[in-house]
Amino acid sequence: MRLVKNIKQYFGEIFHAIRSLITGMKVTGYYFFHPKEIVTQQYPENRETLKMFDRFRGEVILIHDENNLHRCTGCSACEIACPNGTIEIINKKDVDPETGKSTKAIDKFVYHLSMCTFCNLCIIACPTDAIKMAQTFEHAVFDRSKLTKVLNNPGSKLMPGIRE
Amino acid sequence: MITDKTVLGSETQEYFINMGPQHPSTHGVLRLLLTLDGEIIRKVEPHMGYIHRSIEKMCEKDSYQQIVHLTDRMDYLSCHINNEAVCLTVEQGLQLEIPERVKVIRTIISELTRLSSHQLWWGVMGMDLGAITTFLYGFRDREMITDIFEETCGARLTMNYNVPGGLMFDIHPNFQKRTKDFISYFKTKLPEYKELLTGNVIFEERTKGIGYISKEDVISYGVTGPSGRGSGFSCDIRKHHPYSAYDRVQFKEILYEDGDSYARYMVRMDEMVESMHIIEQLIDNIPEGDYKAKTKAVIKLPAGEYYKRVETARGELGVYIISDNKKSPYRVKFRSPGFSNLSALDTMARGCKIADLVAMMSTLDLVIPDIDR
Ligand code: SF4
Ligand code: SF4
Repeated sequence: MRLVKNIKQYFGEIFHAIRSLITGMKVTGYYFFHPKEIVTQQYPENRETLKMFDRFRGEVILIHDENNLHRCTGCSACEIACPNGTIEIINKKDVDPETGKSTKAIDKFVYHLSMCTFCNLCIIACPTDAIKMAQTFEHAVFDRSKLTKVLNNPGSKLMPGIRE
Repeated sequence: MITDKTVLGSETQEYFINMGPQHPSTHGVLRLLLTLDGEIIRKVEPHMGYIHRSIEKMCEKDSYQQIVHLTDRMDYLSCHINNEAVCLTVEQGLQLEIPERVKVIRTIISELTRLSSHQLWWGVMGMDLGAITTFLYGFRDREMITDIFEETCGARLTMNYNVPGGLMFDIHPNFQKRTKDFISYFKTKLPEYKELLTGNVIFEERTKGIGYISKEDVISYGVTGPSGRGSGFSCDIRKHHPYSAYDRVQFKEILYEDGDSYARYMVRMDEMVESMHIIEQLIDNIPEGDYKAKTKAVIKLPAGEYYKRVETARGELGVYIISDNKKSPYRVKFRSPGFSNLSALDTMARGCKIADLVAMMSTLDLVIPDIDR
């Protein structure tokens, strides 16, 4: 009696094992014959069509319009908001040639991409919405120094009416 | 430490072996010093600190807004929940009234985070036991959640979507639709998980009855989260101390009594169903309102001590802030679930085979940056 039970159990276990393996194989087999359901992207072949979401945080950029004007007053609010010293605002004195009054303006907006944690705190700190996050993501370079960027274009100026 | 003894006439000796710090199954840099007798584990000594970044110390120089993004880097798989914990603590200190909309959105995203964490865990668990298939399936479904995060929060993993007082920006117009699509999609895919792994004979043999830990030990080591609930320790913060919108949703706390690897596995599998259930209840009823309460630009907590705990995908995360009324805290301490859960590994592993250690670590769901901070 015991022997019969043992044999039964033995074959029962083998049966259960085979069934469980086949159940799993059924799932993989289904996807083998339905290649349309495969979700992998062919990167970098799909570079042209690959579009990131609007809010994706790729890197900080300073917005310039078509006349090479930006909205940064050099107030350093972003520099203070940044947790790891990624942004350095270097200011200069601009002298108005007509009135002779000198005003503060940015000389260099230095951005160390290698230190940025993409936390977005600088963007929400900026009172004039001068900076935003770009959707670029291919940041690999051969030389580390290339990751330190000056964000203001050469010769760019403050948009009139921002400081007020 | 090394003891000689004679078994069946031949001399045997215990010996040491280093598992890690670069071992694929530790999912990070963790070194386990194993004392072995043949294949049998006699003792496990975890050695940590390889990825210590002194996050707690860094918090002492940062403002309260800046602390939040550091917690992304602790348990990166439950980053939204970590952020929420810090924000809840700061809000408690400021006695801020948080808009209902924020509470509901936070809860939905927390549950999405938990789902994505469990999906990744499931995939990696299969891979640790030698099944690459599960890894790819888990990541396939997780991709939909990371897309939701990317569209609404702006990042896939380290989202930093919470700020003290609310959220960084409002949800994306597509958020509700995408989340509902995901829920209905994942409902059809979860049975696949069961077919692939849960009933599999090899998997059952390698997890059932392996890595047993009793309820008493779980409590004395402070093991929380799914690992604790696998031994029948009812420790769900969402149930016992509801925060955000958990007080208004119906869900079950999953408890298994067996205390082995399989029980811990089953807790997480069932938790995924519960998470979907929570999201379903909330996703259509997001109240209108502001996405952020008004806070000062420079937040100063009144002098005192503040503590708040939340349930991450791995267990109980506590945030303890001591403030001396300056713009950065005097001291911050995180009670991370991974650290306590790891301490139970020794008790679990004693007497088991070395090959099963990998399965045990998987069911503990360790995230090393969470242990080291
Ligand atoms: S995204 Fe964060 S880390 Fe990067 S520059 Fe802005 S504030 Fe600094
Ligand atoms: S980018 Fe904005 S916050 Fe930063 S210095 Fe310019 S105006 Fe100020």
